[in-house]
Amino acid sequence: MLKDITIGQYFPGDSIVHKLDPRIKIIIIGLFIASLFLIDSFLPYIFIVLFIGTVIKVAKLPLKFILKGIKPLVFIIMITLAINIFMTKGEVLFYIGPLTVSKEGLYTAAFMALRLIFLITGTSLLTLTTSPIALTDGIEKLLNPFKRLGLPAHELAMMMTIALRFIPTLLEETDKIMKAQMARGADFESGNILNRAKNLIPLLVPLFINAFRRADELATAMEARCYRGGENRTRLNELRLKKTDIVVMTSMIIYFALIVSTRYIDL
Amino acid sequence: MIIDIKNLNYIYNPNTPFEKKALDNVNISINEGDFIGLIGHTGSGKSTLVQHLNGLMKPTSGSIIVDGINISEKGSSLREVRHKVGLVFQYPEHQLFEESVYKDIAFGPKNLGLDDKEIDKRIKDAMELVGLDFESLKDRSPFELSGGQKRRVAIAGVIAMKPKVLVLDEPTAGLDPYGRDEILDEIKDLFKKEGITIILVSHSMEDVARLVDRILVMDKGRLVMDDTTREVFKRAPELEKIGLGIPQITKFMRRFKEKGNNIDDNILTVEEAKEELLKFLRRKKDA
Repeated sequence: MLKDITIGQYFPGDSIVHKLDPRIKIIIIGLFIASLFLIDSFLPYIFIVLFIGTVIKVAKLPLKFILKGIKPLVFIIMITLAINIFMTKGEVLFYIGPLTVSKEGLYTAAFMALRLIFLITGTSLLTLTTSPIALTDGIEKLLNPFKRLGLPAHELAMMMTIALRFIPTLLEETDKIMKAQMARGADFESGNILNRAKNLIPLLVPLFINAFRRADELATAMEARCYRGGENRTRLNELRLKKTDIVVMTSMIIYFALIVSTRYIDL
Repeated sequence: MIIDIKNLNYIYNPNTPFEKKALDNVNISINEGDFIGLIGHTGSGKSTLVQHLNGLMKPTSGSIIVDGINISEKGSSLREVRHKVGLVFQYPEHQLFEESVYKDIAFGPKNLGLDDKEIDKRIKDAMELVGLDFESLKDRSPFELSGGQKRRVAIAGVIAMKPKVLVLDEPTAGLDPYGRDEILDEIKDLFKKEGITIILVSHSMEDVARLVDRILVMDKGRLVMDDTTREVFKRAPELEKIGLGIPQITKFMRRFKEKGNNIDDNILTVEEAKEELLKFLRRKKDA
């Protein structure tokens, strides 16, 4: 059950997409999201699909992985669909009880659902092709200019790295404690909601205590290796923009600019 | 026969690229009153096997019958199985959660639905068995105890459920030598006094040699040896091949014999070695 969580999962590979500078990838995904929200008709969606499809193909990602990412969000997509179908006013097509279904409602609902699906798949492309370390490196570099405004860029990136690093550890630990308590007769699977919540105490207390202990140990270990934050810290692999990075970046800016421009052209 | 394992197979992540066979056709029968050592290299399937014994994991194929209950059969009471087979995990002190030692040990018995008087009695008994003083410790928070004491509290929490079979997964990992010997002695006492069946998972050949009567050896998911302690440790080359070994003292006695000294080299503990060497010296003197 805990193995189904795929947030931020990385699918290793050595394609062009994988090797692209993480900063570039973050910016491209930013452009992607922005254009997704600026699009106001169905037609430009073709180019969005083209973009997603090309990345999947080039990065050799298994389609199953992508679909798995959408699965947990089916519920939200359904709610979006329902709200848009029933709440949009317009030319009434038919009635379901007290609810009206309009032509505009169906149109917006489909539009919004697609937008959500593209949003999820698009952003998951970033985490699927970028290792967590590269990702946080990229974020740190991108946030660097804001340091002068007092933003602790390095610290934020370090926190993200540590958090990502400990997701599997915590999952494993949860599984272990759960089993240990089940061996002592604990029951996590039956009873009403109130009882179930109460039954979680033997799981959550040790989990938190161990997490704090681990945090303490990690802090000591970092201190022992003279970690003092980002000041004067050098790195083994400096991020440097290559020719491909610049070419991809430029073409993507043009690509998304064209997509957005459809907003102002009557097709 | 209290536990009967037949043709047990377990596969992690079946039908995916990450598929891994963790248990490969394992057959074991365990009788009531056995004191068994389970040894094997890291990743040999020990922990997977142990978690099958009380139904925390279900076999991919094969059967496990615990005191008449088939754990993979639908509708069989896993609760009852977990009552019969007590499992102490590695580093069990990480599972403590209550505000007092008393309450924490009471967690298991309470889940069994016992009344307060019985629970009280069981806590006292269990604490005595693991060498914890009831009066001075019962109201202390388990989190302020020492490492060795925490582990005793956790073991007491399982003993208080009065299982017929007690499985201990490396109960001495991470303890100092003194604490290790104490815990092992308490386990031995428990076996003698209560007469329960004990399965001890261990990495230490010395500990196993000192305590158990029968040894199960696992390698790559298969059960490769199942014999008395003495017989298993006779097969040193095979054990070394799978990353295990024999007790230091046994090794020493064997080398000593190889040098041309006429002694019995089938020795498991330092005590036995002492006796044998004394005998050897006396014989030499007389000759």
